[in-house]
Amino acid sequence: MASFLSRREMLKRAAAAGMTSAVPAQALAQVLPERARDQFENLSNTESEILEAVVSRLIPTDENGPGALEAGAANYIDKGLANALSQSHAAYSVGLAALDSYADQVTGRGFVTLEPSEQDSLLEDLEQNRAAGFDSDSATFFNLMLRHTIEGTFSDPAYGGNQDFIGWEMIGYPGIRLGVTVEQQQMDHFPEMTRVSAHDLPMFDINILEEGGNDD
Amino acid sequence: MTIRLPGTDVVSIGLGGAGGVAVLPLTEAGIDVVGLEAGRWMSPRDFAPDELRNNYRGWPQSVQKANREVPVHRPNDHSPEFPRDNLHPMMNAVGGTTLHYYARSYRLHPWDFRVVSETTRRYGGDRIPRGSTVEDWPLTYADLEPFYDRLEYELGVGGFAGNVNGNIDPRGNIFEGPRARDYPMPPLRSTKFTEMMADAARRLGYNPFPSPAAINTQAHNNRPACQYHGFCNRGGCHIEAKNSTAVTTIPKAQATGNLKVVTEAHVTKIIVNAEGRASGVEYLKDGETYIQPAEVVLLAGYTYENTRLLLSSNSNAYPSGLSNNHDQVGRHYMTHAQRGGVLGLFPHRLNRWYGLPAQGSGIDEWADDNFDHTDYDFIGGAHFWVAQDSRPILAARMNTFGRAPRWGSAWKGFVMENADRWVGGHLQKTTLPYEGNYLDLHPTIKDPLGFPVCRITAEYKDNEKKLASFTQEKMEQWFREAGAIDTFRMPLGPMGPSTHAYGGTRMGEDPDTNVVNQWGFSHEVPNLGILGASVMGTSGARNPTLTVQALAWRTAQHLVENWRSIST
Repeated sequence: MASFLSRREMLKRAAAAGMTSAVPAQALAQVLPERARDQFENLSNTESEILEAVVSRLIPTDENGPGALEAGAANYIDKGLANALSQSHAAYSVGLAALDSYADQVTGRGFVTLEPSEQDSLLEDLEQNRAAGFDSDSATFFNLMLRHTIEGTFSDPAYGGNQDFIGWEMIGYPGIRLGVTVEQQQMDHFPEMTRVSAHDLPMFDINILEEGGNDD
Repeated sequence: MTIRLPGTDVVSIGLGGAGGVAVLPLTEAGIDVVGLEAGRWMSPRDFAPDELRNNYRGWPQSVQKANREVPVHRPNDHSPEFPRDNLHPMMNAVGGTTLHYYARSYRLHPWDFRVVSETTRRYGGDRIPRGSTVEDWPLTYADLEPFYDRLEYELGVGGFAGNVNGNIDPRGNIFEGPRARDYPMPPLRSTKFTEMMADAARRLGYNPFPSPAAINTQAHNNRPACQYHGFCNRGGCHIEAKNSTAVTTIPKAQATGNLKVVTEAHVTKIIVNAEGRASGVEYLKDGETYIQPAEVVLLAGYTYENTRLLLSSNSNAYPSGLSNNHDQVGRHYMTHAQRGGVLGLFPHRLNRWYGLPAQGSGIDEWADDNFDHTDYDFIGGAHFWVAQDSRPILAARMNTFGRAPRWGSAWKGFVMENADRWVGGHLQKTTLPYEGNYLDLHPTIKDPLGFPVCRITAEYKDNEKKLASFTQEKMEQWFREAGAIDTFRMPLGPMGPSTHAYGGTRMGEDPDTNVVNQWGFSHEVPNLGILGASVMGTSGARNPTLTVQALAWRTAQHLVENWRSIST
């Protein structure tokens, strides 16, 4: 808990010190501690770097705090590709390569080397179905990445995302409680955050990543 | 090799919300029942508070049958099909979808049983929409009341009664039909959010009430009260406070010694003899094929599976599917038009993180025929409902009310501020059956065993569209009165696979337009009973499960009382 709160406190100070609304990623890098990179198991190095760059734009790290990168949304997707998200493995391999090709076609450079504003512009092309070279269509791939990025940021940390409860803290979700008091249900009450994974509770202690399953 | 098992009195295909209820009166009467369930017994350990698994991954901890048989949907005979959903609305386990349903346990309104005669009496026969195949039910609310009552006590339903023998109590639903007695438990608790909505409803002249729910609000039958942890929405209850059939009627039936539960039994066919009577069922388990002979067969799957299994069970006596010599199986299909709700955005946090979809505030002023339709161009209406029920992924996937993009820093800032400031208003709308809305077997798409999946051909007609926009406008007013700064009307969307799917084996006295009689037994196959929402002839405007269960009990009781004539 301490690391994130202090990080947010640092961000507030950074903002107060003049780095206002649009805090560039470089400035944030100065205040966010170095983050150990996730070990990707199903995506290649190239693929995972592009995916991390994408999730960084979908839910950015900014003056409001850490985003999908720090939450490990890309790691969530990577781990899911071995089980519940397996039917999307090909879509990611093909789609991430197509995104990089599209970046090269438009800018002459690879996606990960571009400025955030350039990356945003390319992602908008995907979202609006204006980008060529995609297997089905670019909007389908964009929507897949957006859906999984949100899942990876806001799902239980047992799935490899929402690391350090970044997602839950982002939206003010006070965390898992098996018993909830009358007071904790009231509109003017803000329960303290619990910071626990469902699958860390002894009753539900399973390795969720080995379960398999489906993707809606 | 096919293994032929010793015969039994009754075989139930499915031990979910319907079959799981019917086995109790049968076994208590000394009738031997074999319950074939595609799923397995699940335990409290399976019910982790995990939104991803509950709401987005189709319950991977359960036996995956339904998810391999998702129906395909097209609007009408001439239109292309929609992309097929990945997940089925229902799931397989002992207890079925009552393990993870919202447990909102309403009775239908008396009007729902008599839509044709009541509409004709009050407004004239020309107000029945053109093309609708709606009929009055062959029974009335009063006929079903004793069974509703029995189930409310047998399962354990908490709520405020609105009408006990004609005595109106505004703490409950003043529009409900008369009931013999109060609920066995009080309702789920209110919160400042639900009270805020209820107060706004009262200012508009409405009579708000909490939903009845098959959830313990106090210790009941040796199981504890609900702890409001917030994962009840498509979640099982780890303390067994949700009164699914897996913790109520099924174990009670097992205690009689007359129920044999066979899990992971995948039924593939209902078998008939030379006289056209049902003689048993064929099922697969652990790679073997079994035949379970029975004097009486009860088909107790979900609407899509009941239809599919009948149509797949063809024979010389029933060449186009079992009990389908009148070409009625699959017809009169309906849903609830559950999409087409309204979202409200508030200028302050609501703290809806903890709670459940059955904990909220509802109104019935615009449901059924509770208001004068003389000046409107539709019949029916909607039950309105707002609930204390949110979770992180759901909240983060919020509609941005046109105030923010779908991603990026502007999205993030918007969601950080508003994830806990919005709520969905649920409108469960009357949906009528029509000539062109039906279920059949898909001509090419098959499940992994090679059986065709169900095909839905259905679209909303004018009546449904008109009442949707009418009730959406009323819901917007309710939100505004409660202080909402913005509202958004969700589109009605396509009429695809639904958790509230009705028809396909409709109940009625005329065999030319109905599959089962008023007792739930086939007009064509006298020892075949059908349980589930597939027998319902109107949708009503509220959650169907308690009605399904009351009908299942009634069918079972009829079988007990007429055992000799039905079984031989």
